[in-house]
Amino acid sequence: MKNNKLNILTNGIIKENPILVLILGTCPFLAVTTQASNAIGMGAAVTFVLLCSNVMISLLRKVISDKVRIPCYIVVIASFVTLVQMIVKAYFKSLDDALGLYLPLIVVNCIILGRAEMFANKNGALDSALDAIGMGVGYTLAMLAMASIREIFGAGTWFGIALPVLSENNISIMTMAPGGFAIFGILIAIINKASNGKAIKKKDFSCEGCPSAAACNGQNCAEKREAAAK
Amino acid sequence: MKELIAIVMAAVLVNNYVLAQFLGICPFLGVSKKLDQAAGMSVAVIFVMLLATAVTYPIQYFVLNPNGLGYLQTIVFILVIAALVQLVEIILKKYIPALHASLGVYLPLITTNCAVLGVCISNVDNYLTATGGFGGGFVQAMFNSLGSGLGFLLAMVLFSGVRSRVDKCKCPECFKGMPITLISAAIVSVSFMGFAGIVENLLG
Repeated sequence: MKNNKLNILTNGIIKENPILVLILGTCPFLAVTTQASNAIGMGAAVTFVLLCSNVMISLLRKVISDKVRIPCYIVVIASFVTLVQMIVKAYFKSLDDALGLYLPLIVVNCIILGRAEMFANKNGALDSALDAIGMGVGYTLAMLAMASIREIFGAGTWFGIALPVLSENNISIMTMAPGGFAIFGILIAIINKASNGKAIKKKDFSCEGCPSAAACNGQNCAEKREAAAK
Repeated sequence: MKELIAIVMAAVLVNNYVLAQFLGICPFLGVSKKLDQAAGMSVAVIFVMLLATAVTYPIQYFVLNPNGLGYLQTIVFILVIAALVQLVEIILKKYIPALHASLGVYLPLITTNCAVLGVCISNVDNYLTATGGFGGGFVQAMFNSLGSGLGFLLAMVLFSGVRSRVDKCKCPECFKGMPITLISAAIVSVSFMGFAGIVENLLG
């Protein structure tokens, strides 16, 4: 039993890392990973929202009727995002400036709605909390890895501390938009290579990983209709 | 007029939502495999962006701000957008079935598209000023939505072309699928960096 709980916790960190394996929540991942400190801040905010919403949804899973579950989840998630926005605005002014638009956009982050749909509405509060912590830590670690690469090579600093040699020879395109896309691609390729393609089951987007599939029941999914037509 | 053209051009080319600001990456990577799907999705996004701005901007101006409810922005906007998308789908299904057949598929996907919520929030942040009155800011916000939507369309259509070529090429096994797609997105994104400063130079 204890082993099982540990599995739930570590699942999100390695085997089902939300970013590098499930490829969910890519927008803030690419946008705020220009500095390691922003990545930690964003990771903490997402983990907090994920933890609170997972526990709340898990506790309410017998109350919420199946038909209106998506709007209910969105309300729960949006409330916690508003809470985080207030806390960050009040106590972490520089983080608020750095994250800007991406802080309220946590509400449409696929990971949170995805975990609510895939895990929290089927499992108890404790399991959901563990799942949220695992996923949150996995998300934060992936963000930190990406941000470290981009900041060290792109700006020659790490957590704002200037590094010798690198800060005079920085590759500034790595902190810009193209660098984000390219490094993300290379990171996924490295993981593919290291695990001999076992880690990445989902090499492409499909209905399984898409939280909107829950909203549309897969009926509207263009790819599914195509598959049915064949 | 010049000002409005500058807003549209800046949103399409310089601050492209997908390639420069990383909003709406999921549909950009997910639905860009075929040209017709990419175009259909983008037209639906333009439509919803305009509609969402037309609704959320007045809500912020007339309801939230005068009553000191600014902190409810996130929760109100996401609910309004979700309800709006559902409503549009029902109306299209009932009255314009032809349009529903081509756009309806993409509408549910748009509810959780961060580009739509992003454009609503950034419109309110950038164009809603306490002293400027309603009209001027609203027109600018609508043009910004139009530009953002067109920018999304441009990025999607261009990228679906690139992708159809990339998918046919041989690449190392570990790069197949998502990694090579992301790297081609990086190259498309580099090309958009070339537009930096174009608006200032053309329209002064």
